[in-house]
Amino acid sequence: MASTVSTPPTGTPASGEAVDPALERAAERAAARRGALLALPGFVYLGLFFAVPLAIVFVYSFATRSSTGRTILGEWSLRSYGRLFDPLVGGIAWRSLWIAALATAICLLVGYPFAYFIATRSPRVRGLLLVGVMIPFWSNFLVRTYAWRLLLGSDGPLSQLTDLAGLGPSRLLFTPTAVLIGLVYGFLPFMVLPLYAAIERMDFGLVEAARDLYASGWKAFRHVTWPLSRPGVVAGSILVFIPSLGAYVTPEILGGSRTTMLGSFIVRQFLSARDWPFGSSLSFVVMAVMLLATMVYFRVGGKTL
Amino acid sequence: MRNRLTILLVALAMAAAACAGERGSDTAAGGGEDGGATGDGETGGGDADADGGETGDGDCADGDTDGDLVLYNWSDYIDPELLEAFSQEHGVSVTEDFYPSNEEMLAKVQGGASGYDIVVPSDYMVGIMIGEGLLAELDRDALPNADNVDEEFSDPPFDPGSVYSMPYQWGTTGLGVDLEVVGEDAPHSWALLFDPEVTADYQGRMSMLDDPREAMAAALAYLGHDINTTSEDELGEAADLIAETSDRLAAFDSNLYGDLLMSGETAVAHGYSGTFFAAFDEADDPDRYTYVIPEEGGVKWVDTIAILADAPHPCTAHTFINFILDAENGAALTNWTYYASPNAAAEEFIVEDILEDPAIYPPEEVLAELEFLRDTGDAEILYNDLFTRAKS
Amino acid sequence: MRAGDAVRPRGPAQRVLAANTWAVYVFLYAPILLLIVFSFNDNRIVGVWNTASLRWYREMLDNAAVLNALRNSLIVALASTAVSTVIGTAAALALERFRFPGRRVYDGLVYLPVIIPDVTMAVMMLLFFVEAFVIVQAVLGISPSLGIPTITLSHIAFNISFVAIVVRARLAGLDPALEEAAADLYASRWQAFRRVTLPLIMPGVLGGALLALTLSLDDVVVTSFVAGPGSTTLPVYVFGLVRRGVTPLINAVSTVMLVASMLLVLGSLLIQRRSPDRA
Repeated sequence: MASTVSTPPTGTPASGEAVDPALERAAERAAARRGALLALPGFVYLGLFFAVPLAIVFVYSFATRSSTGRTILGEWSLRSYGRLFDPLVGGIAWRSLWIAALATAICLLVGYPFAYFIATRSPRVRGLLLVGVMIPFWSNFLVRTYAWRLLLGSDGPLSQLTDLAGLGPSRLLFTPTAVLIGLVYGFLPFMVLPLYAAIERMDFGLVEAARDLYASGWKAFRHVTWPLSRPGVVAGSILVFIPSLGAYVTPEILGGSRTTMLGSFIVRQFLSARDWPFGSSLSFVVMAVMLLATMVYFRVGGKTL
Repeated sequence: MRNRLTILLVALAMAAAACAGERGSDTAAGGGEDGGATGDGETGGGDADADGGETGDGDCADGDTDGDLVLYNWSDYIDPELLEAFSQEHGVSVTEDFYPSNEEMLAKVQGGASGYDIVVPSDYMVGIMIGEGLLAELDRDALPNADNVDEEFSDPPFDPGSVYSMPYQWGTTGLGVDLEVVGEDAPHSWALLFDPEVTADYQGRMSMLDDPREAMAAALAYLGHDINTTSEDELGEAADLIAETSDRLAAFDSNLYGDLLMSGETAVAHGYSGTFFAAFDEADDPDRYTYVIPEEGGVKWVDTIAILADAPHPCTAHTFINFILDAENGAALTNWTYYASPNAAAEEFIVEDILEDPAIYPPEEVLAELEFLRDTGDAEILYNDLFTRAKS
Repeated sequence: MRAGDAVRPRGPAQRVLAANTWAVYVFLYAPILLLIVFSFNDNRIVGVWNTASLRWYREMLDNAAVLNALRNSLIVALASTAVSTVIGTAAALALERFRFPGRRVYDGLVYLPVIIPDVTMAVMMLLFFVEAFVIVQAVLGISPSLGIPTITLSHIAFNISFVAIVVRARLAGLDPALEEAAADLYASRWQAFRRVTLPLIMPGVLGGALLALTLSLDDVVVTSFVAGPGSTTLPVYVFGLVRRGVTPLINAVSTVMLVASMLLVLGSLLIQRRSPDRA
């Protein structure tokens, strides 16, 4: 496939060179029509099965909780938004941001060279290595996470390893580190897949040229490979960061539920506190902030990362 | 451009608000007792429930069936052979689905249109569900076996007169203890969890239930307060105790705390009786472990079996409840789950080991100290927030 | 194809890359190995080894609920992956290659399902379907109920976004001139797309599909809210089961799924090898 990329096409009509403006406008309109047509199925689907449901919970966020935990529609208030200023919420949000950011950084640090290595194998090996990343994830999520409990436990293999190394038994289970390991484990494929997709399509002729041009491999990487793979980095970071922020099973199982993150906090509002208005408003604020950050990240990250 | 997004959202929201608003006013007009505003008064059974509760169910007679049974239950909470037997006996098929917690079941059922006939809510949840109009009144004519129920469970505080629910299994919340670590002379007290001197030998090797009500109840009982208190001071005190203890805990865990205890990760675990017995049963050396009901008192619970207000097959559901209340079937249930049976007539068929185990069937004086958890209304939020704060 | 070889780092850098790769595989497979080992453990308590036995495999085969849940999971995962891959790829193409009215709104809409917390999505889908059923009943006179279709519809809703994001990462750096050239070369747009664009973005599409499949196979929260009688999926069943500590049974089920997927992959590799000149 890479060979297709490196064969330069001939006779491309470079846009805008002395073309009749009327024709050009017609072409633009045709393109817009095609674009809209491509967008239509997704737009209709997400509009119906996502935006409309979302509007329903948006309405719920202004409702009130009755003392039996029922959501009373019709008594509108901003009470649930007011509760967002509780320092409890701030503390949890801050901690979640930190852990999610760390998990994303580690995934990138480990996932990038990993994806690069895979992308530079021969096509057949590539496919095998890539599927090899996904296979573990077709077992069951809970069972995998519980397996980590054993690995990290005080009698687990990791602890025995550090003991043998003379460091004494280590106990990682039920610490924030364990949560971090669990998150990295769970979301590494989310980083690797877009990175692989981005690196694999690079025009390796360019990289080769850069090799010749720059003295060191590092410089070639910094000036050519990295910028070319940036869309993958941006997409991968988002796919890791956001789900990490909302994770709640991992902190519960590996963190012993002592590292409360935003995800668990929201779950609690909907289930055990039965405060749907607060759960809704919390979700909305988190989503709004994330959407904004994502957009900015894409805009900035696409250019200057 | 961002304006467009806003406009779209607002438009959709207003459309939704229009529908919802209508419902909201219905709710207000209907007073307190209507069928759940979060759910849906309008879907199928929602409307029917008011009438259905009185007239519709009256048509069910002993042994009647009106279609296949759809059961919504906790995982692994009924011997599959019992379902098979029911299916054979009455010529209906049984579909069983599972939920991991009362809260998830409630959220789901509140949504409406669930399609289930029977649910198995715990005590406090029965109270909530009755209040929300989610349960159908039971038709006693179709339940001759209701007489088998132990007197102690026939008029529970969460459902006076057992109008909506029949007891299914009951048990206690207490402590699973690894005697090898804690010592044979372990006190039967919440001090095993909360007293820093007692716990000095196994610091960092304890777990508590990750449940605001259960965890707070343990702390409240240790402090000598009512486990259903709504007093902010008492709750604050309990939260402080949990916060203090939190550093000495390995984890808050409501799922595999039994496994943690058995694999030596913890030495004392707060949890439900039956879970521990199932775990101890697998140990090489079962005498190493014991289950303790603290003397200060604590939580007893009963899971009940009830019919949803919008159940598609109420008669089959009644027949099933009657089937469960049968003496031999009730015993089969207990012999399989290791939880105590509220069925007095079942006792003669229950395995002796279970019947004589004081941890499963506690003596009168211990039982007297135990209480059911009740819904505390607005204080639920307080319980949640205080617990979340105390954990970290 | 040889281009790949040319840019492989040489010397120590190559060794570091290789070491990192194998370390990652060890990291990925360590818990998997453990869960396979414990699926052969006679003890109900995972982590306490008794004796080797096939107890849990026997129980799995006897347990109709597990098998039914597994079947439901596979149906939902395959169906939702297929649909969301097509829609998600189209969305990515539209967003990355075209300007059309409403593009920015669409952009945001595509990201929201990734951003929304699980429970919130679960609650809102349930509320939505219940409302929708009322309308459908009033208009069409049929009364639908929750079940596998509602689960699949919900999974598609979040999967579209994940597919779109991965495909876009692929598209973002591809030179559009290539596709324009192809458009001139081939008779129809569709041919140009099939012969040039699709092969170019294929790794992204496959990656997105793999991600969608994984997400669908693992989803608990959304599924349990929109499931109806008899449509319990495997993760939902497992979630309930851990409360009673019966995970070895699930270890056995997971092991079977792992082995099956490995066989599937090996099989497809063999087929690929047979058909000449696919690479």
